[in-house]
Amino acid sequence: MREKILGILEKNGRIDLGDVAAMLGVTEAEVANEVTQMEKENIICGYHTLINWDKTSDERVTALIEVKVTPQRGGFDQVAQRMYRFEEVDAVYLISGSCDFTLIIRGKTMKEVAQFVSGKLSVLDAVRGTATNFVLKKYKDHGTILDDDKNTDERMLVTP
Amino acid sequence: MRNPLSVMVQEIEPSGIRKFFDIVTEMKDAISLGVGEPDFDTPWHIREEAIYSLEKGRTFYTSNSGLVELRKEICNYMKHSQGLEYNINETLVTVGGSEAIDIALRAMIDPGDEVLIPQPSFVSYVPCTQLAYGVPVTIALREEDQFRLTKEQVLSAITEKTKLLVLPFPNNPTGAIMEKGDLVEIAKVCVEHDIYVLSDEIYAELTYKDKHISIAALPGMRERTIVINGFSKAYAMTGWRLGYAVGPEYIISQMMKIHQFAIMCAPTNSQYAAVEALRNGDKDITMMREEYDKRRRYLMQAFQNMGLECFEPFGAFYVFPSIKRFGITSEEFASGLLKQEKVAVVPGTAFGQSGEGYLRISYAYSLENLKLALSRIENYIKTLDR
Repeated sequence: MREKILGILEKNGRIDLGDVAAMLGVTEAEVANEVTQMEKENIICGYHTLINWDKTSDERVTALIEVKVTPQRGGFDQVAQRMYRFEEVDAVYLISGSCDFTLIIRGKTMKEVAQFVSGKLSVLDAVRGTATNFVLKKYKDHGTILDDDKNTDERMLVTP
Repeated sequence: MRNPLSVMVQEIEPSGIRKFFDIVTEMKDAISLGVGEPDFDTPWHIREEAIYSLEKGRTFYTSNSGLVELRKEICNYMKHSQGLEYNINETLVTVGGSEAIDIALRAMIDPGDEVLIPQPSFVSYVPCTQLAYGVPVTIALREEDQFRLTKEQVLSAITEKTKLLVLPFPNNPTGAIMEKGDLVEIAKVCVEHDIYVLSDEIYAELTYKDKHISIAALPGMRERTIVINGFSKAYAMTGWRLGYAVGPEYIISQMMKIHQFAIMCAPTNSQYAAVEALRNGDKDITMMREEYDKRRRYLMQAFQNMGLECFEPFGAFYVFPSIKRFGITSEEFASGLLKQEKVAVVPGTAFGQSGEGYLRISYAYSLENLKLALSRIENYIKTLDR
């Protein structure tokens, strides 16, 4: 039940819970109850809007930063916290492979991002090195193709 | 000058859907719930495989029966889904399920043989029977039976000329299914009266109750059943035109003769795509089935709220609400709905006279689309009730 509700909400956070209930064949109260519960349990962590900023006049840059750190007593959580507390940091992933973390950083300009990396990130004691990759164009995010030109129904109107 | 046309062809009625299609296409900005194909794109990994086959230059004919790899996968599918063992000589890859229907009828019917065709059902069984010089005998399915075929109905339609029963479940347009208990009854009659079955299972993967069971899997039925299936509905591959038939070799090999002279072989790159679909497409089917099921429930709820009576269908992607209480014909209802509210649905009569009093509404549409259309249908109903 929970997974089914989440599957629907993941694609459309604004959907009417009555519609969700109808689709799953349960009452609206049941769905609302589950949703509230999942919000409390931090299973549902927020409701955001997927925006293609490239289409607005807003200037902003995004960078993926690979971060290598010195292993710490108490694991990586503490280092992660030192990084994710910065509001410039949009996402932090602990990853396998050639580096330890990947961060997604948002800034107004490349300079701003560069300053953040050199001034705030690299100077952390645990950080041994960073590699900054600027995003040139975003094609797909959260499973959604951002500039999908295929929004028209190409099917014939009536078929057997 | 002599009339160039065959009497037979001239006697065949053009598809009732076609008439409606012409009206709809003239209406601009109409919302349609009239489509008999999935709204999903073919999953990318399947399309990608077809592109790759073109890149590799696989642009030649395949063997008449279809790629061996594909037929092996079809055999695997029949084994996994139905527990039925077929070898590749008992499979034939066709240009859509439609071709399989046509050639199965032509391979099995002699002039005057009677073919039992439950209706409402897909539009091509009757004309294809006629083109094979058979005699279509329609059986009117009833809402009180949830549009399932009953033993009694078959028995009362049987004559000594009855050769074949068309079994179109899960059903287009009603969405009805046949469960094991229903099929057992029909199978007994077929064995007793030596009747063959053309089981059109193109919607086999789209059921919302138990998994679909093929009548061929019941005792005594494998040797008298041609199963038709295809890729259009399960994998959203309508435009690829790829279906297949499986059945006893002595029937398939005769169908294959017609196929090789009329068609040669099904499109090669579609066949390569289909191999990928059968090998790696299970999760796509699951995803689409779950989406359809949500919409199905949503529609049932919405109909209930607006007071439109509808039996609960458990298959395909259609609902078949009754409009009998409004005292007008299906065609009147559908054309009124189109004119007043610009929503296209298909009158039940497009699928046989027993569809009178019903509408076929497809839920191969996004929820937003369905919502908009439903609110318009509700408006229309209000004007009728006034």
